[in-house]
Order: sequence, then C-alpha cells, then structure tokens
Amino acid sequence: MSVSVKIKDLEKSYDKVDALKNLNLEIRPNELFGFIGPDGSGKTTLFRILTTLILADKGTIKVGNYDVVKNYKEIRKITGYMPGRFSLYMDLTVEENLLFYARIFNVNIRDNLHLIDDIYSHISPFKNRRAGALSGGMKQKLALSCALIHKPDLLVLDEPTTGVDAVSRKEFWELLKKMQERGITILVSTPYMDEAALCDRVALMQTGRLMSVDKPQNIVDNFPENILNVKVRKMHPVLNDLLGFEGAERVYRFGDAIHLATRRDAGEMKERIYHYLAEKGYQEITISPLEPVIEDCFLALMENPDK
Amino acid sequence: MWAFIKKEFFHIFRDYRTMVILFGIPVVQVLLFGFAITNDINNAHIAILDHSKDVVTREITRKLLSSHYFLLDRYLKSNNDIKNAFKEGKIKEVVIFESDFAKKLKTEKVANIQLILDASEPNTANILNSYTSGIVNSYILNQMQQESGVPLSITVETKMLYNPELKSVYMFVPGVITVLLMLVSAMMTSISITREKELGTMEALLVSPLKPVQIIIGKVTPYVFLSFVNLLSILLLAVYVFNMPINGSLALLLSESLLFIIMALAMGILISTISHSQQQAMLLSMFALMLPTILLSGFIFPIENMPLVLQYLSHIMPSKWFIIIIKNIMLKGVGFNYFWKETLIIFLMTLFFIGLSVKKFKIRLE
Repeated sequence: MSVSVKIKDLEKSYDKVDALKNLNLEIRPNELFGFIGPDGSGKTTLFRILTTLILADKGTIKVGNYDVVKNYKEIRKITGYMPGRFSLYMDLTVEENLLFYARIFNVNIRDNLHLIDDIYSHISPFKNRRAGALSGGMKQKLALSCALIHKPDLLVLDEPTTGVDAVSRKEFWELLKKMQERGITILVSTPYMDEAALCDRVALMQTGRLMSVDKPQNIVDNFPENILNVKVRKMHPVLNDLLGFEGAERVYRFGDAIHLATRRDAGEMKERIYHYLAEKGYQEITISPLEPVIEDCFLALMENPDK
Repeated sequence: MWAFIKKEFFHIFRDYRTMVILFGIPVVQVLLFGFAITNDINNAHIAILDHSKDVVTREITRKLLSSHYFLLDRYLKSNNDIKNAFKEGKIKEVVIFESDFAKKLKTEKVANIQLILDASEPNTANILNSYTSGIVNSYILNQMQQESGVPLSITVETKMLYNPELKSVYMFVPGVITVLLMLVSAMMTSISITREKELGTMEALLVSPLKPVQIIIGKVTPYVFLSFVNLLSILLLAVYVFNMPINGSLALLLSESLLFIIMALAMGILISTISHSQQQAMLLSMFALMLPTILLSGFIFPIENMPLVLQYLSHIMPSKWFIIIIKNIMLKGVGFNYFWKETLIIFLMTLFFIGLSVKKFKIRLE
C-alpha cells in the first residue's frame, strides 16, 4: 500500500541555529520525490524527523495516518531508511548484513528475497565478502537491499549517491524507478542537481527552507532567463572578465564552459559578449544560446531566495 | 534477538585487537601481579656484626640464614664498617650482636640485638624487621622451653589466618578479578555501543522495530559470556599457577561474579549513553571505573589508612564490596550468610544502574 507524507509547519533548530523553518509539504502516494540542496540545507534533519529519529520543535509529519511522534513504532515498521553514511557493519559479510537486517525487522529472508532481487543480483556474487571491502557503488546497493528487505511502504534515502561513481549512480536511479513501480513512496535527497530531473517532483532546499516544489520540467519551463554557453580557448581568466557584465544576471562555471544567465534578448547579448571578449584578446570564442537545465534554475533560486 | 547476539560475536571474533584485549590482558595481568609485583621478600642481602661470637649468636645467625629470607653478604668487623656497607647499596639490613651476648642472656636474662635497616624502601625495611624479630623470638622461646620446660615470660604468638605465608598473590587475585571484570564488561560494552553510533548503524537499529531493551540485551549478552570465560581463566591461573585455594563454594563464587558482571555491563551501557565517540567511552571507563577500582577498593591500598573522605567514597565503589565477597569465599571459605549484606549492596547497585541505563538509552538519536 502506498502512503502519503504530510509535513505541516515543521520547525527545528539546533542551539539557536535554525535547521528547518516553517516547512509545509505534501508528498503523494507512490511518488518519487527528490530533495535537492547543498550541505547544511536541512535535508538530513528533515529525514531524521520523518524517520522518528529526532523530534521537531514545532509542527507535525504524518506518514499515511501515522503521526511521527505518537505512532513512531508503526512508522518504524513501514519505513525503510538508508542513512547518509551507509549503515552497514563493515566486518560482516554481505550476506550476514542482509540476514541481520531481515532478522531485526522480523522477516524471513527467503520470503522477501524476491523483493530485492533486482538489486541483490548485482551484489550476490560477492555475498561472502565483507562489506568493508566493497566498492562505494556496491555498498550503496547493499544498504539499499537492507533498507528494502522488510518490504517498506515508504523508502527514505539520505544522499544515497554521494561518493558513488557516475555509472553506479545511473544504475541506482534505475533501481529506484523499479522500486517505485512496486508502489513504494520514495523520498530521496541529493546534492547533485542533475539527479533532480529523474524525480517526479523535486523540492529545492536551502538554509532550512523550501525554495521551490514542482515537477522538474515545470521548473525548467517556467525559468524566465536565457542561458548563454560561453567557450574560449583559454578558459581560465574568462570567468573573472565576465563577472558583472552588463545585463548578466549570473555568470558561473558549468562543466567545461561558462554559463551566463540574462533576462535580455539572447541574440543581442551574444553579440556584445563576443565583441567584448574579442577586444580582450580571447581566441576561438563560441557563444551559443542553450535551453536551461535544472541546475541553471536552482542556481538562480539559490541566489535569489525571495523569488 | 539471536541474530543480534550472533552479529555481536562476529564483531568480537573478527576484530583482532578486541580479541587480544579480551583474552590476552587477563592472563598477562594475573601473571604480572602474581610474579612481578609482589610484596614478598626473598634473599635480602644482610651483613652481620657479631661482637660476641658465642654459641647463641652463631645459632641465631644460622637460623636467620637458613630461612630463605636472608642471604649473608659479609661479616663486619667493627661499627665503622656499617656505613660503608650500606653505601654500597646491596645490603638491606645489618644485624649487630652486643658483646658477651650468651653470658648476659644467662646471667641478666637480657641481651641486645641491634637491627639497622635501609629504610629508603620503607616497606621492605618493615618487613625485614619483622622477619628478623620473628626468627629471633622463636629461637629464644625454643631455648627457654628446652631449658626450663616452662616459658617464664608471656609472649605474643601471632598466627596469620587465611594466608599464613602472607602471600601477596592472595591479595592480588581478587583485585585482578575485579579490575578485569570491570574492564572487559564495562569498557567493551560501552565501546561497542558507541561504535554503532559512530558508524551510523545505530540510526538503522533505532529505525527498526527493535525495542531499546532488545538492543541492550543483544549488545550485552556476548560480553557476559566473555567475562565469564575470563573469570574462569583467571581462577585457573590462580589455583594452578599460584596455588591459591578456593576454600568456599565455587558455585557461589561464580554466581556472585555473574552479579558483578551484570552490574559492570549496566555501567558500560550508562557510559555509552553519555559518550559520543569510542575514545570518549574508553576514557570515561578508564577514569571513572578503572582507577577508582584500583585505588579505592582496598585492592592495593588499605582503605583504613585513607583520609575519611576517601573512605566514604570507597563505600560507593562496587568493587570494594565485591573484593570482600571474593576474599570471603576463596580464602575464608565462609558461606552466603557471612556476606549477604555486601551481595545486597551490589544487587541494589545493579538494579540502579540497569534502571538508569534503560531509562537513558534513547529511542531517538538525541
């Protein structure tokens, strides 16, 4: 059964530092919902309140009909949680880790192995290897298996792809999609903005507040600025030269190029920048207008939190 | 729960360092305390200055040297030699017989022996003093009985009960048992619980439907077992290597130890609830448990000689009561009715610590 998550007026502070400020959010049943935000934006705090590990100062969270404070026992039964650090016993083997988590959730591993078959098939060749000797991607898959072994209705993943290589990240998201097909509601946080596009809906978090909650496509479609992709032969000083360029909202490094966001006409800006850079002596200048991607939107939101 | 206990055993057996701590240290400690750190004195070098050189002084000298306590370094010729003899540092005691010793003893019934001791090691000097006086007294006593049949004077006859040879092993073994049970039980559990906190696995455990009590029992059970194995190995060493008797009931000794182990484990859990890292847990166990156990329990330093404040403080050391119990069982061989009070104290302390640690063991992270 899929569950919804309703967050209402949630607040939490540590020693006068606000970790979460007046958070309101509703996550639909069977949604794959992403929380995107830099370190310290409050993602982990939110997840810990949600998984009953800590108490909020104010506000409530309901998972299905269960309240995170009153019904914490029920919530613990239906939630699969993968903490930021892989919560594996490094001195136990892959199989022993899985067995242990099955046992503490009172499930028989044989009955439930088919649930995680997609994931476990990746790591079963190493089942007698100690968890500490696995690669980052493998550890992550094992931790996911452990979080799924008791057939949870809600899966909470705190930065599951941090420190994992690009191929494993892609595989991991494919697995999450498969889990979603089984009816599990999935909440996932990540510092990688490119992963946002893979969620049904995303929330951008910064300093304990929700900046924007929408479908990734909507966020991109509603983006009011134009993006210019700038490349020259000598990339190194170009960022400094373009900072504060008249008409530019924002100039930032993006991959191996520089992105310049503007609210003005892209064609006119392109001309001006080209001349400016040529005067400065840059060679092989290529400037092309680009469809904004989600990173561009988030960077804009993070810079102007009031919009 | 079984899965939990099994997992805990895996942790212990796969961690080479923990294994060494668990099984190596007890053996090393007992052997160290038994052999190296001993108050018994054997073969102390002495010098003799005999101004009389008669039958009696020779007989006393022979008696002194035939005991294994003393070894004759040299005979001195005059009082002037004494200073130099000590200066060389090898000699611990000089025995001086006055002139006409035998004659005086016969006519005046009084003769003097002077003992000069190197008191730079006060304990050694004291012990040597009493050894010598003891030997001389027993000789005189014997002589008088032989000659007149009836001793004329009242003499104090000392009998050392329970440890007639005053072996220090008898004193150390109960102390070592206590320290080690405390170390293994409290320190190891507190470390293993904080390790889960450090690794982040505690988060996963808390999110599971496991109750705090189940987590605690799962964590603690392996250490009850291991502490028990340690206890047995110490006892075997004590009995077979140091010939220490177990005069009382072994079953009683083991069950009292079990009680003490459980109490130490509860303390370990308590420590783990207030510390955030393994180092913190280790330091806390060391300073809060180990040192008081060694210093304030009467294990090495007699409680009666301590300032009053420390005496009161020693009352709240569970180890003090446990040492009393072990000594009662092993050395005196008395039954439960002689130390039920001490047992009750430990039992109440156990309840207190279990209650407190279960209460402080949080169902959440904060």
